Amino acid sequence: MKTILTSNQLAITIKRLAHQILENCPDPANTCLIGIQPRGIWLSNRLINEIRAIQPASAMKYGILDITFYRDDVRSELKVANQTEINFSIENKKVILVDDVLYTGRTIRAALDALMDFGRPAQVELCVLIDRRFSRELPIQPDYTGKSIDSILTQKVQVAWAENSEKDEVILF
Amino acid sequence: MRLSTKHLLGIRDLAPSDIQLILDTATQFKEVLQRPVKKVPSLRDITIVNLFYENSTRTRISFELAEKRLSADTINFTASGSSVSKGETLLDTVNNILSMKVDMVVMRHSASGAPHFLSKHIPAAIVNAGDGINEHPTQALLDAFSIREKLGSLEGKKIAIIGDIMHSRVALSNLYLLKKMGAEVMVAGPPTLIPTYLKEAFDVQVEYNVEKALAWCDVANVLRIQLERQNQVLFSSLREYNLAYGLKKDMLAKLNKEIFVMHPGPINRGVELDSDVADSGQSIILQQVENGVAVRMAVLYLLAGREMTTQS
Repeated sequence: MKTILTSNQLAITIKRLAHQILENCPDPANTCLIGIQPRGIWLSNRLINEIRAIQPASAMKYGILDITFYRDDVRSELKVANQTEINFSIENKKVILVDDVLYTGRTIRAALDALMDFGRPAQVELCVLIDRRFSRELPIQPDYTGKSIDSILTQKVQVAWAENSEKDEVILF
Repeated sequence: MRLSTKHLLGIRDLAPSDIQLILDTATQFKEVLQRPVKKVPSLRDITIVNLFYENSTRTRISFELAEKRLSADTINFTASGSSVSKGETLLDTVNNILSMKVDMVVMRHSASGAPHFLSKHIPAAIVNAGDGINEHPTQALLDAFSIREKLGSLEGKKIAIIGDIMHSRVALSNLYLLKKMGAEVMVAGPPTLIPTYLKEAFDVQVEYNVEKALAWCDVANVLRIQLERQNQVLFSSLREYNLAYGLKKDMLAKLNKEIFVMHPGPINRGVELDSDVADSGQSIILQQVENGVAVRMAVLYLLAGREMTTQS
């Protein structure tokens, strides 16, 4: 078991990601941050708070998206659906998808499909906390990365949050 | 996370956790139905046949919409105009359809137990869309979903089922479901339309005075007088039924609380429900219909997922 990010490092990383997103975002009012259920929303909740703290006047929209019904592995595993809450139009907006770990890329593929059912965004970007390099099964890459790691197939990355666990921590085991 | 049964033959076979899972999944599907694109690709490779041996408007359209919103392929079969009139048996008809690689069967039949019989002989998952005077499970699930939406939960809530209890599969499914989920249930109507065994079998209250039932309940689920299932005269006339047991506006106005009025449809206006009640703000009849699609999507999705995992 190896700690990838401690609580302090995680806080700094999230601040950095928030700054990078704003730096790259000339028009926050036409930008939406969308967290992917279930685990991406812990990160996206922190990110949107951070972004609103840095730029209190920024009118960036925030939503959460569940991709259960768009998965390509319904045949092998039935997952419980979670809430989706996108109370705004994404038509012609810039959308930043947020998830905790980018691994095979299949979740993001499903999220892109789900997103298109809400409208046609002008641009879609991807923000992840942990990028597991060299394990992609689809041609999907992040635009904002908390930390890139090299891991083997049998290893697991666990992102723990104070909200659902003891403390903020990212571990590899 | 999956259902404990392979088929949905009746609420009788479901565990409370199954009902909870279906209702929770339906909540998510209801959100899907508000999206600009009201469709998800979940059942893209599943073929479903809708086998209707008995007339239906709402249930058939609702199932077909649910299947299409899940991207399943659908075939509609109605007994009239098919080889059933040439004498083909139910099992032969279904086996012929299944040999064309159909994964699920949604079925309505006038004989109680028809889907149960079929489930013993075919491999496909079966969803009962109403069998005779036995059960109509998806109606009970959508009723429960609608009550939950209005009152927050089912536990401890007072539900009065009013009308033709004896001939109603909706009543039976509702009784099973509401009792399993911890609701308090009262059946009300003319003594000739309430079987005497119900009180003991389901531990429900029986009331022959509709106004008293309304004063007791949080939700009144009014059932249709099923003229087509009555061979003997159980009340003297429709007019008299309306006078004694029909829901009228002034009955609701007299109560010192606001109750919700449900009806599985089709309504006999002026018999069990007066028009000014059916069209009032307290009536959630059209919301029931709307919720029906989401609930049926949940049932099909959960059964199809189960079907696929057991095969692989």
